[in-house]
Amino acid sequence: MAYQTIIEDDIDILVVGAGLGGTGAAFEARYWGKDKKIVIAEKANIHRSGAVAQGLYAINCYMGTRFGENKPEDHVRYARIDLMGMVREDLLFDMARHVDSTVHQFEEWGLPIMRNPKTGAYQREGRWQIMIHGESYKPIVAEAAKKSADKVYNRICVTHLLMDESRPNRVAGAIGFNVRTGNCHVFKAKAVIVAAGGASNIFKPRSVGEGAGRVWYAPWSSGSAYGLLIGAGAKMTQMENRIVLARFKDGYGPVGAYFLHLKTYTQNGYGEEYESKWWPQLQQMVGKEYLDPDSWHLTHRPIPTCLRNHALISEVNAGRGPIHMVTMEAFQDPHLEEIGWHNFLGMTVGQAVLWAATDVDPKNENPELTTSEPYVMGSHATGCGAWCSGPEDVSPPEYFWGYNRMTTVEGLFGAGDAVGGTPHAFSSGSFTEGRLAAKAACKYIDDGKAEGIRVSDEQINRRRAEIYKPLEHYRIYRNEITAGTVNPNYITPRQGLDRLQKLMDEYCGGVSTNYMTNEKLLNIGLKKLKYLEEDLEKLGAENIHELLRAWELKHRHLTSEAVMHHTLFRKETRWPGYYYRGDYLKLDDENWHVLTVSRRDPETGEYTMEKAPCYHLVED
Amino acid sequence: MPTFVYMTRCDGCGQCVDICPSDIMHIDTTVRRAYNIEPNMCWECYSCVKACPHNAIDVRGYADFAPLGHSVRVRRDEEKGIVAWRIMFRNGKKDMTLIAPITTKPWGQHIPKLKEVDAPSKEMRDSQLLYNEPKYLRFDEGGLHTLEAAGLKMKQGVFY
Ligand SMILES: Cc1cc2nc3c(=O)[nH]c(=O)nc-3n(C[C@H](O)[C@H](O)[C@H](O)COP(=O)(O)OP(=O)(O)OC[C@H]3O[C@@H](n4cnc5c(N)ncnc54)[C@H](O)[C@@H]3O)c2cc1C
Ligand code: SF4
Ligand code: SF4
Repeated sequence: MAYQTIIEDDIDILVVGAGLGGTGAAFEARYWGKDKKIVIAEKANIHRSGAVAQGLYAINCYMGTRFGENKPEDHVRYARIDLMGMVREDLLFDMARHVDSTVHQFEEWGLPIMRNPKTGAYQREGRWQIMIHGESYKPIVAEAAKKSADKVYNRICVTHLLMDESRPNRVAGAIGFNVRTGNCHVFKAKAVIVAAGGASNIFKPRSVGEGAGRVWYAPWSSGSAYGLLIGAGAKMTQMENRIVLARFKDGYGPVGAYFLHLKTYTQNGYGEEYESKWWPQLQQMVGKEYLDPDSWHLTHRPIPTCLRNHALISEVNAGRGPIHMVTMEAFQDPHLEEIGWHNFLGMTVGQAVLWAATDVDPKNENPELTTSEPYVMGSHATGCGAWCSGPEDVSPPEYFWGYNRMTTVEGLFGAGDAVGGTPHAFSSGSFTEGRLAAKAACKYIDDGKAEGIRVSDEQINRRRAEIYKPLEHYRIYRNEITAGTVNPNYITPRQGLDRLQKLMDEYCGGVSTNYMTNEKLLNIGLKKLKYLEEDLEKLGAENIHELLRAWELKHRHLTSEAVMHHTLFRKETRWPGYYYRGDYLKLDDENWHVLTVSRRDPETGEYTMEKAPCYHLVED
Repeated sequence: MPTFVYMTRCDGCGQCVDICPSDIMHIDTTVRRAYNIEPNMCWECYSCVKACPHNAIDVRGYADFAPLGHSVRVRRDEEKGIVAWRIMFRNGKKDMTLIAPITTKPWGQHIPKLKEVDAPSKEMRDSQLLYNEPKYLRFDEGGLHTLEAAGLKMKQGVFY
């Protein structure tokens, strides 16, 4: 094929994916590595890429220590209870103690953060959230990354990490193709920070027609952070911990500001409060330690997000749907009404489009809520991602192997959705994690850990052939048929995606089984994923755009397989409302108060699963 | 389809192609104007709508669930630092204009070029601090939080 191979050599720090985590990494790397060569490889355009492409109306992780509001350990306790205990508290504490400096920087750069006129502090939406006018959040952080990086390669879909051939288990760069020119791009680097985001579109979405793009997490969140890391043999953690969101129906518009700031609340189709009636039954499933309504007024502990989902799902299943958000009271106040609409325009315009199309004026009617299909990600109210080292001064030995945010592959770092066990980082926390990873990556290089890296032409050519295989395959077999998309020798990326979504939905606890699965289902699912893997070798891509979709699908497939293995491994129902193991419907602290860790052998594709200890931050 | 392009307004400049995070705004080779090649991978994120210099792109809600006859338009002005929205309901009863600031400073000018700031000291490198910390952490005399200072321990076991 006529595509060129373009080699960018001698890179010190390669940032793969420049969303919030990646821009943070590129920005900070320049400070610790003044003379280092810093390069970004991004699949879209960094000005509008990733989950924050359309903006945000809130920064969901800010301590406010400067205003005497919260301490880092408070946030750790909050994330811990919200995730039913299963978090990496060293990583969380570390993120939380730095996140305020990130936010203060954003304000200096020009991000409009609202202020509370009475106190002068940032306007709080909730205990952890502050309100912003964030339409240009992404262009602003992109500007910061551009000022630091030597080179920004937009429109490069990274397909694989390159491995060092002089030392096992050490990273040596990455390879991918340009989504515009089709050229193959090789990045030889001493350290790589993967920040390629979480995964939408793995489970069948509720909307399967034209609206299939209106997923909650962005449709371009292709699970590449996981696909790349798993492919390189990095250990992953908590991949079973997918998230289900309670959102406005169909548009998936955010509800945070509605609950926290506008003080709207939910009721069932008959106008009744429904949550509390599910607590006794739920308490039997998870235990009093995790759900104790009697002590809420004393402890101010929040109800874990998954448990509130459980109440919503159960109420609908009991035939008393739909669930409504009661907006009619709050929206009588014109100021609050305006905030309600701004909230959508700032981060989910599609919800405003939908309400305009269906004449839903929340002042006059209470809109419907629903629970979404599951998503695999690690920065919102869930913690899927790589098993990473924590910081030296916080982490216990099992969590520390030299460099902060380094995966189990040497020189390979993660940030944002890529890092496991760190829920509730959100945009600000992801950017902060990028900064932490960048400092550690510079130190890794300065300590001489990246000496003597070797990447052979053989490795590059092998990967290159793999990259273009779907184009080649299509070219060979296309003319066997007259026209159309039905071909006995290949499937299209869309056909493959439909199959992946259907099997994840039906076997791994998607919406059509009401988030229910069990060992039998998961084993069938794993078998079907293997068939799909074989067929992915026979993907046919008609053009470069389809080649992009082909590689996104391969990354989604690797992510899904990890999710399936992890779900099978954890023999309990830890997060009712996210998913249920029908064969183990209870939370089981005796056997499963642990983190799950997996590794896929890159040579054989075999999975090994292990339990890792769960450490908690406690008072001396 | 989520985004569509008005034939008479588009001049094929390619700005939308350049910005779409989903890589779905492409130039049609026959009419030499842009169109959405994969509507079911569109997030209605409005990145292309905001980027189009001719206001040639509009959004029609997803056919699965949005009836025809609505409109949500946007204008983003970097010079003035604002974004202006207009929402019109299907039944014509609501027609709202909402304006928000997008920046408080001239573009990019207040983001430091880190190559030019003072290099970190060895002490700083050996500490847990990031760029501009501890100053940016609190803007007062407080330092970085540590376990010791907070009287905390990492303990294995079951704690709630
Ligand atoms: C609807 C919605 C509402 C949210 N609300 C809030 C909120 O109010 N407040 C808040 O703080 N946070 C919010 N978040 C969460 C926040 O957006 C994420 O936590 C954060 O963006 C995660 O950062 P990241 O860097 O891990 O991923 P992303 O920001 O998604 O970045 C991933 C990057 O990797 C690139 N990439 C992907 N694959 C490849 C590849 N193969 N090769 C090269 N590049 C690749 C992508 O193009 C992208 O630029 C919200 C998210 C969504 C979707
Ligand atoms: S609205 Fe967003 S996803 Fe849709 S075409 Fe425009 S830029 Fe692409
Ligand atoms: S940005 Fe506007 S004018 Fe330019 S190609 Fe796209 S739709 Fe046409």
